[in-house]
Amino acid sequence: MTSKNTRNPGMPLNLDWVLRAHINRSAVERRVATIPTRRTVKKEWQAAWLLRAITCMDLTTLSGDDTPGRVRRLCAKARQPVRPDMLGKLGFPNQDVTVGAVCVYPSRVKDAVEALKGSNIPVASVAAGFPAGQTPLPQRIAEIEQAIESGAREIDIVITRTHVLTGDWQSLYDEICQFRKTCGDAAHMKTILATGDLGTLTQIYQASLVVMMAGSDFIKTSTGKEEVNATLEFGLVMTRAIREYHEITGFKVGFKPAGGISKAKQALAWQALMKEELGDDWLMPGLFRIGASSLLTDLERQLYHFITGHYAARHHMPMG
Amino acid sequence: MNTLKEVFKNMEYGPAPESAAAVNAWLDEHDRRFGLLINNQWVHPPKAKTYTTFNPATGEILAETTQAGQTEVNQAVEAARQAFTSWSKTPGWVRARHMYAIARNIQKHARLLAVLESMDNGKPIRESRDIDVPLLARHFYYYAGWAQLMETELREYQPVGVVGQIIPWNFPLLMLAWKIAPAIAMGNTIVLKPASYTRLSALLFAEIVVESGLPAGVVNVITGSSQAGSMIVTHPDVDKIAFTGSTDVGRTLRHQTAGSGKKLSLELGGKSPFVVFDDADLDGAIEGVIDAIWFNQGQVCCAGSRLLVQENIAEIFIAKLKTRMEHMRVGDPLDKCIDMGAIVDQSQWDTVDYWVKMGVSEGGDLFQPDISLPSKGLFYKPTLISGLEASAATVQEEIFGPVLVSLTFRTPSEAIALANNTRYGLAASVWSENINLALDVASKIKAGSVWVNSTNLFDGAAGFGGYRESGYGREGGREGLFEYLRPSWQARPRSTYQPPAADQPAPKWGEHIPEHPSMAPHPSGNGRNLPHIDRTPKMYVAGKQVRPDGNYTCAIHDSKGNLIGQVGDGNRKDIREAVEAAHAAHTAKPGWAMRHGYNRSQILYFLAENLDARNLEFVTRIISMTGCTKNAAQAEVDASIQRLFTYAAWADKYGGSVQETTLRGITVAVNEPVGVIGIACPDDFPLLGIVSLMAPAIARGNTVVIIPSQKYPLSATDLYQVLDTSDVPPGVVNIVTGDRDHLTKTLVQHEDVDSVWFFGSAEGSFQVEYESAANMKRTWVGYGLQRNWLSREQGEGHEFLHEATQVKNIWVPTGE
Repeated sequence: MTSKNTRNPGMPLNLDWVLRAHINRSAVERRVATIPTRRTVKKEWQAAWLLRAITCMDLTTLSGDDTPGRVRRLCAKARQPVRPDMLGKLGFPNQDVTVGAVCVYPSRVKDAVEALKGSNIPVASVAAGFPAGQTPLPQRIAEIEQAIESGAREIDIVITRTHVLTGDWQSLYDEICQFRKTCGDAAHMKTILATGDLGTLTQIYQASLVVMMAGSDFIKTSTGKEEVNATLEFGLVMTRAIREYHEITGFKVGFKPAGGISKAKQALAWQALMKEELGDDWLMPGLFRIGASSLLTDLERQLYHFITGHYAARHHMPMG
Repeated sequence: MNTLKEVFKNMEYGPAPESAAAVNAWLDEHDRRFGLLINNQWVHPPKAKTYTTFNPATGEILAETTQAGQTEVNQAVEAARQAFTSWSKTPGWVRARHMYAIARNIQKHARLLAVLESMDNGKPIRESRDIDVPLLARHFYYYAGWAQLMETELREYQPVGVVGQIIPWNFPLLMLAWKIAPAIAMGNTIVLKPASYTRLSALLFAEIVVESGLPAGVVNVITGSSQAGSMIVTHPDVDKIAFTGSTDVGRTLRHQTAGSGKKLSLELGGKSPFVVFDDADLDGAIEGVIDAIWFNQGQVCCAGSRLLVQENIAEIFIAKLKTRMEHMRVGDPLDKCIDMGAIVDQSQWDTVDYWVKMGVSEGGDLFQPDISLPSKGLFYKPTLISGLEASAATVQEEIFGPVLVSLTFRTPSEAIALANNTRYGLAASVWSENINLALDVASKIKAGSVWVNSTNLFDGAAGFGGYRESGYGREGGREGLFEYLRPSWQARPRSTYQPPAADQPAPKWGEHIPEHPSMAPHPSGNGRNLPHIDRTPKMYVAGKQVRPDGNYTCAIHDSKGNLIGQVGDGNRKDIREAVEAAHAAHTAKPGWAMRHGYNRSQILYFLAENLDARNLEFVTRIISMTGCTKNAAQAEVDASIQRLFTYAAWADKYGGSVQETTLRGITVAVNEPVGVIGIACPDDFPLLGIVSLMAPAIARGNTVVIIPSQKYPLSATDLYQVLDTSDVPPGVVNIVTGDRDHLTKTLVQHEDVDSVWFFGSAEGSFQVEYESAANMKRTWVGYGLQRNWLSREQGEGHEFLHEATQVKNIWVPTGE
């Protein structure tokens, strides 16, 4: 099937396809163990990849103590993720490099939209009962509507893990279809599987397929609130599901690992995973996002090291 | 910064080279000229020829090395012999400390070893750094442990002596570890010859060993051509040869060592199957294929080079594989961002290319990904040839390069049949999420290592080695120790037979002319004036007494020369029929090997019971043939009954063990039967000889073709009725009487016989070892030397069980 660059419209739930999935954990682990040892980039290549990783970041704050002020500071960093003097030395005019999006709770969307006015940086909002998804469906849908109304152009929804754990694929499919319908043309939808809550890698693969069939634009590993967040193992399983979905339907679904990614080295490993398992299209912000916050400082420090040959002090990088 | 801007857009990989500075400094320190390391000293023979060693990725000269001659080989063997006197007596715990020091020192020089290995061999630095060198250290740690435990855990054994070890170029360091570590752990000393293409890492290793403080002469490393290899192999003061390499060279070594009393272990070629069922994790299996055939550019004896895919998923699987191959990167071995490096040498590159062209000419569909190769250097694209059938040479022959052939199957039984449709039996990989299916197939593929849902896993704690023409002997694990041990009671066998020189005519051995009537006085023993009723026994084949094919008989005389009976005079066809029957006993349902140990033990107890019931008759027969005393004959019969009890006991107590490898999951060492074993019994102990050899073989699930004592066969022919009454299934035991050498010759040349045990003459022992090379069958011979069959130490036990089994390691990773 040839590739289509339009949004994934979804498809009827195909349970035959879902149920024939088999994922072997030890094989996944072996592959994951050698991705960072088979692939590495150095010097200019590494700097370029790190800079590219910045453009794929969903710079995130999802805390109970978020305030308009906190969101403003984050958004300012989103506009200027790398120090201008450094960007100059790297040969990039300022406006070229911003993060992929800013991700906040629904109540903070307005603050973020305000703070990002004039930039092209979209605001992403978590919704649909984030993080546990244990909220009645009407409220979850209302939350999405509200976030969109406040100006969110990307919605990161959570799934009802119960449906996966009980094998109720139909209910999962139906719920995601409704969320997607609610997002409509106004917002892209990223579906969080909360992989750390699911039982097996096979279930993760199956859930990935079901939520793509229900029309997700992206699939995302974690809320950041589970015990285990984005691991390369989860990532490998989900990217393979994306690949198979693409092979069969021709539609490209994006991927977003989130939670626990704080070092540049991790970002490079995720990029290598994307490039090897899915291809170069999945290294760009249209199909790849990294949900993180402190990662940005580490990326910036590594760029500093590339420019100067000196290891950078954390406090020399402006806070986000 | 233009590169940066471009890469920001195209997200390409760039060069990521590992530095060669430390290796170049080491080479320069040696002026890029290396001698031989003998007695912990560099030896530079003044007149020796040199050999230039290249970096296959760049063509640059790395160093000049020395071609050892006879003088240097003698010097090295002498050094090893001298060191043996003290090293073999060094307490195990002291040897363990030495080996621990070596392991630590390997780790301290890990990167230097890895970089040198990649420069000399062309393998990716990722592999030498993450696989070869860590396993090198692991083997020394593992066998340091066995050195520590030898005195308590292996009390019945002694070291073998001076060991000659010849290793290949594909894993220079790893093969060296597999050879050296178990040998010195058990108190042996070594002369090791690395392969010509890849000599440098062995020389660096030798320096590391010297630095670790190992006593002089324990490990000697000499470089040289294949002639130097032959000099080691034929040196009279070498007690054992261990070899890894091609089956052709293995065959030559078998010829060269035949009859010498040297122990021999061979780890040879393979064409290992990679079996994918439709319920496998296909993406996982694809990565398995990558590791199976493109690890080390496919220059791996256990490479999964024959892909067998279930027909209903073949199309999708091959499509996935092709997509995956497009992501492979081939390039500078020192680049940390590549999957495949360089082929070791131009000649090997040519061989690979020859086979790829052959595959195409045989009608295969060639696929090579559209990826770039460096402009110079010996690089080859990962290659897939599909659409061939088992009848194609490309499917049958080992290519030893980055070339995968793929076939399809319909059912599990067809998968097993195709997997086993090969002269080799080194390894296999089985992919299925159904544990019943995966383990069943793993148990039925004839190979020394079987990886379930995984591939190319290695560890010091698990044995590695072949079935069939992939060789014999194991390296790794407890089973790997026995290649370097001899029973304590046994001196190094020294044969009295000298084979004629190569330019002399081959000896006429095993030729036989049947007898005619001897006109001797007719035996009369019935005490009455009635004519004798003739009781000439026939052959015992497939559970029936059958007339000899040639319809000849031979006369049997007692020790005083009186005619006491006749037996059938067997010929080639009798052996052929017996071997067919022995195979049929395996394919019957249930096959002999498939019966559980309990059942086999019951049958052995039943044999003992029925033999005991005819105790007196067997005693009388032994006396009448050998003229021994009644006590001696009684002792022999009693010992025979005891021995049946011994192996009835062992029938369900030698199944194998769980290996403590680094795998998360279970690695099981299964002691599988060898298959069909031909047994030529000793002349003395007409009953105990046959029982001592038959019982361990059948207890462990083998079927046997027995040539009984040529001189005194009547105890064996008397056994027919005992076998008949003891529920021994047809074909499990087959007995062919006649001229031992004549019958053995057919047996050892029979390519569907898996092992031959020979306890006849010294010349016969030579011939058996020599002729076994035809299909690389295992052999166990007596070199015409005496063995005290009555003694429990010499006549039964682990040595016999070891010969009756071959170890298969099944690796089963776990985790959902």
